[in-house]
Amino acid sequence: MTSQIQPDDKSADSTRATEMLSGAAMVIRALADEGVEYLYGYPGGAVLHIYDALFQQNKVKHVLVRHEQAATHMADAYARASGKAGVVLVTSGPGATNAVTGIATAYMDSIPMVVLTGQVMSHLIGGDAFQETDMLGISRPICKHNMSVRRPEDIPYLIKKAFHIAQTGRPGPVVLDIPKDMTMPNQQFPYHYPAEINLRSYQPKQQGHSGQIKKAVAALLAAKKPVLYAGGGVIMGGASNELTELAQLLNLPVTNTLMGLGAYPADDKQFIGMLGMHGSYEANQTMHHADVIVAVGARFDDRVTNNTKKFCPDATIIHIDIDPASISKTVNAHIPIVGLVQPVLSNMLALLKQKKKKSDSAALEAWWQQIAQWRSVHGGRYDTSAPLLKPQYVIEQVSKITKGEAYVCSDVGQHQMFAAQYYKFNKPNRWINSGGLGTMGFGLPAAMGVKLNYPDADVVCVTGEGSIQMNIQELSTCKQYGLGVKIINLNNGYLGMVKQWQDMNYESRYASSYMDSLPDFVKLAEAYGHVGIRVTTPEELQPALERAFALKDQLVFLDIHIDPKEHVYPMQVPGGAMNDMFLSKTERT
Amino acid sequence: MRHIISVLLENESGALARLVGLFAQRGYNIDSLNVAATEDPTLSRLTLVTHGNDQVIEQISKQLHKLIEVVKVSDISEAAHIERELMLVKVKAGGNQREEVKRCADIFRGQIIDVTPATYTIQLVGTSDKLDAFIQALGTTPIMEVVRSGASGIARGEKTLAL
Repeated sequence: MTSQIQPDDKSADSTRATEMLSGAAMVIRALADEGVEYLYGYPGGAVLHIYDALFQQNKVKHVLVRHEQAATHMADAYARASGKAGVVLVTSGPGATNAVTGIATAYMDSIPMVVLTGQVMSHLIGGDAFQETDMLGISRPICKHNMSVRRPEDIPYLIKKAFHIAQTGRPGPVVLDIPKDMTMPNQQFPYHYPAEINLRSYQPKQQGHSGQIKKAVAALLAAKKPVLYAGGGVIMGGASNELTELAQLLNLPVTNTLMGLGAYPADDKQFIGMLGMHGSYEANQTMHHADVIVAVGARFDDRVTNNTKKFCPDATIIHIDIDPASISKTVNAHIPIVGLVQPVLSNMLALLKQKKKKSDSAALEAWWQQIAQWRSVHGGRYDTSAPLLKPQYVIEQVSKITKGEAYVCSDVGQHQMFAAQYYKFNKPNRWINSGGLGTMGFGLPAAMGVKLNYPDADVVCVTGEGSIQMNIQELSTCKQYGLGVKIINLNNGYLGMVKQWQDMNYESRYASSYMDSLPDFVKLAEAYGHVGIRVTTPEELQPALERAFALKDQLVFLDIHIDPKEHVYPMQVPGGAMNDMFLSKTERT
Repeated sequence: MRHIISVLLENESGALARLVGLFAQRGYNIDSLNVAATEDPTLSRLTLVTHGNDQVIEQISKQLHKLIEVVKVSDISEAAHIERELMLVKVKAGGNQREEVKRCADIFRGQIIDVTPATYTIQLVGTSDKLDAFIQALGTTPIMEVVRSGASGIARGEKTLAL
């Protein structure tokens, strides 16, 4: 098959003298024209021409990480916080393969990212050249799209196309593979960056179908036991305000998925907590007994639904999503609406405001009473009798001291669930975690990406002694760029989530879940030039947090020793319905 | 159930690999696949035969649509359509069998397109079922080689899958 790339020249200004640039200079210039401020990466042979072009300008700033995986997570977290694509530059071979975990992480959570990977010279491709790897083949199943440069003059068009695909429709990472000979400094080509791009084979739907929206509104008004179930699509789709307005207009209970935390303010009385495997008792009960579920930008993930055969037996499901393939994939939707969540919710609101018919307030009153009863059953309680520090308590204190407004970047494991359950997210784009892929090592680079772009904000990395060691080398990058991240290391000496499952399912046989020979994290932080504080008792926590957050520009590593026996509850019983749950080590619904 | 899915695809490098990869990644079946450029050299037309329940077929169609290079997707087996597959069969055709093979090929409107004293190569066009039936009908005739193109299809009437 042949490559047929036609640069779009519609917006070209014929009166202006065309600038001549090398392929390498075009890469950097196109990023600047796209408004990219930071590029996260690591140099190597195949991208040296590009790095040299980077050196010769000052619009696009480069952040040198210590491992390419961290570059991808930094870019990813920037995208999660800002809604704009993060950009990564890595070399061929090992540079590209080290980026793979980060690309897959972004793909699973639908995060826009543009990853530029170096490649060996075109004529060497396929010949097992030094640092050659088939990055197009490797990344194909873990990115939204990938492309390679065949002619240097196509570079501006391909970069525009990469951003267009990454940021529209259901967002995702796009990989652009650039053979070294496409960037030769001595070969120059006319540069023109297209203002917009139109692909005949890619026209993502924007507006929802008006007939379907009418049906959804009618179903919502007739509902006696409704619930709003909002996911990451509301965050990336910038529809948090519309969601909140809809919930408050109709007095609806709202539950957020792990990816959707912050879409609805956690402090509001209508918020019933996260749902799913480690969701609140009231959220899972409300879902299970609901007669109308409005799923907004959520995908009925197996960590939400539990056994789909037993999922919410009485519910009419309204599913609003930009991706038609997400609709009726695991759970059948009765009223599907394909479109961007923001305009769809706006249309629903407009329609509701015109309607004379109001929702059944008596039924809603009874529904809220039922929810209040469920709330009183568990209510996020945890054992406070032990003298040891409880991870839940630590997160509650972090939430208080930051007023629920910090950017909280999490790693993966028990600490992630505690952060999701006990931090009060009142704003969207503040909870940054690897929900789909569950990538340990995500937290620290994610926090770095956010801190770099939002230097005045409080940025917290909630992690554990397992996860933090997967990208701990980035403490060095933090020093280089002065990234004052606050690391909350919930240290229990175990891979906590693995241990919890071994306690529950393997009679506490701790196969490789105990980490011997942990480093002295305080000394380690100090060795990298940061501040380290060890916290071993509940009394030490408050002063340590106050000191850490007072040191505005410094990275503070809080090594917090917590109760190693603690489990995350509530927890759905595997294979059960939404509301089949363990409430503690000894209680089951 | 068996479905014939037609796809218009940008004729770009990597597009076919992406499409085939999708089937492997998501565990969908490919019974046959047939692809070539169309009268418009920027587009490829692909016919894919698969099987699965309604939910699986719906997901296949949606996931295909999601691929950036896929322009159009249609399950042509949902409505009136024409299906054709090309088969080349090389058989041992000596002695008594020589005449029998010829008669069988005639019945199926096949053509003998290559002849040696001991073999015939038969070309046959039809639905995949018809080609299966011909192989059955050859009975004891020793088959040396079978080459099948996989089904191609087109909707009946004025309905088209085009830009």
